Amino acid sequence: MKPYELTYKEARQSLESRELSSRELTESVLERIGHVDGDVRAYLGVADPADALAAAGRVDDARARGEPLGPLAGHPVAVKDNIATRSIRTTAGSLLLEDYVPPFDATAVERLRNAGAIVIGKTNLDEFGMGSSCENSAFGPTRNPWDLDRVPGGSSGGSAAAVAAGEGSLALGSDTGGSVRQPSGFCGVVGLKPSYGRVSRYGLLAFASSLDQIGVISSDVAGAAALLWAIAGVDPRDSTSEPAEVPEAGVAPRDDLRGVRLGVPVEYFSEGLNGDVEALVREAIDVMAALGAEIVEVSLPSTRYGIAAYYLLADAEASSNLARYDGVNYGLRAEGAADLRSMYADTRDRFGREVKRRIMLGTYVLSAGYYDRYYRKAQQVRAVVARDFSRVLSGVDAIVTPTSPTAAFRIGERIEDPLSMYLSDVYTVPASLAGLPAVSLPCGREPGGLPVGLQMVAGRFREAELIGMAGAYERGAGLERSLPAL
Amino acid sequence: MSIVIDDVRHVAALACLPLSGDELKRFTSELARIVEYVEMLSEVDTDGVEPAVRTGGRENPLRPDQVGETLTHEEALGNAPESESGQFRVPGFLPPGL
Repeated sequence: MKPYELTYKEARQSLESRELSSRELTESVLERIGHVDGDVRAYLGVADPADALAAAGRVDDARARGEPLGPLAGHPVAVKDNIATRSIRTTAGSLLLEDYVPPFDATAVERLRNAGAIVIGKTNLDEFGMGSSCENSAFGPTRNPWDLDRVPGGSSGGSAAAVAAGEGSLALGSDTGGSVRQPSGFCGVVGLKPSYGRVSRYGLLAFASSLDQIGVISSDVAGAAALLWAIAGVDPRDSTSEPAEVPEAGVAPRDDLRGVRLGVPVEYFSEGLNGDVEALVREAIDVMAALGAEIVEVSLPSTRYGIAAYYLLADAEASSNLARYDGVNYGLRAEGAADLRSMYADTRDRFGREVKRRIMLGTYVLSAGYYDRYYRKAQQVRAVVARDFSRVLSGVDAIVTPTSPTAAFRIGERIEDPLSMYLSDVYTVPASLAGLPAVSLPCGREPGGLPVGLQMVAGRFREAELIGMAGAYERGAGLERSLPAL
Repeated sequence: MSIVIDDVRHVAALACLPLSGDELKRFTSELARIVEYVEMLSEVDTDGVEPAVRTGGRENPLRPDQVGETLTHEEALGNAPESESGQFRVPGFLPPGL
């Protein structure tokens, strides 16, 4: 077995027992990227091997000296390209930032580096996180490693595809309405979106500030947990980050689900759900029951309004956040404009079609006469969605749903129909609106061989419990990491 | 309530997006469809529901106003498309000749 094939947990054991060095692991991952990324195209930029191997070597030296090292020390981590990395190009998948080199690290990246992790590369995404397929990247789509004709999901499609293809076993993504969970489901990896406020957004290029959250993607639950606890916690540079407790040494894994109540919401198993996906998710729920969980049917009646409220709020915020891309302070400036106003316009003309569409919708709903009708109404519906979750979560430990209504769709299949693309997020958006932590876990592959994900949603700041339940399912289901033939 | 091309032209000007004729037409029909879809929110009874600016979280937390570490002047200008004498430089805001 080559080092890149190891799950996070296996790699950690091998590093700690010193059967494997971080240099060997890093070298193997870089080699794997070299072999398969021409097909998968998960990465927009890969670390200079000399730098990455030097960083790995420092961890190996520290380990040899017997220094105490954390759970991420010496592990390569991929970072979604809308998260700022000091002196490393950060494009957000946009022509407007094609040559942008941040002078600072995002707090999450700074914390990863302090934990001894090695930034191995920057991963592809839908421009500014706007999309569900990675097709909206200005630098070309990423492909699903399980079927190169299909999308990896989005917007963190590069991070999910990289982990699925063995081009690393750990990655950061970001999730505004499902952008960590949906691609994780499509690629058959673990993806966790923390509670709003759990992780600092400092250095995450803003899309919709009241929803954006950095999330984690891994080959296994242990890896997602290690990443989360390394980056979580209050940060004076983000006033929306919260001083919620971060468990010092992670959380002890649990072996079963005895004493756990899980809610299965009827609205998530209705019209639009693909039969093969439903069968696998129901099978997973049976596994949870066999592990001792009590399964109860619950109702979240506001589910069907999630997408509408989400797109109004997210696009309104996006139209405001993206006003900064005007060619003045950083990023692209269109050449040859005669005056300031035309310089703004010519520069902004380089946004991709989806980004323009979102800015247009957002500007429309915030414009005079429509604010109450759309924006305020959507904020009220967000409150209703949050109330629904809090009612249900007062009676259960977590809610179990499919992550997406279908497995990965074909490249090109939905790109001409924005609404059908938006509806692929129907099961992930509600937890985002409510600011709740949610994880997508692989639960098998459908007859066509494509991975299917199930989602577990817990109460605010209940990540530790969520990870415990997810880990018990992962062990109980016995689904080993397998890498696609590439 | 349907969206017509003049609405789209107006919004594009507000958003400072120079849309081509084709884009205007395309966005008119796409936005009309999306707006028609989001109208479903009117079915939700929100009488007396306080709008959620966000969910959970602290109300406008404040910090002490203290001088801290920031980017240097040089770093802040490092990505500027054009700068001069330590400042961002932009084209004139009046058309040439005025």
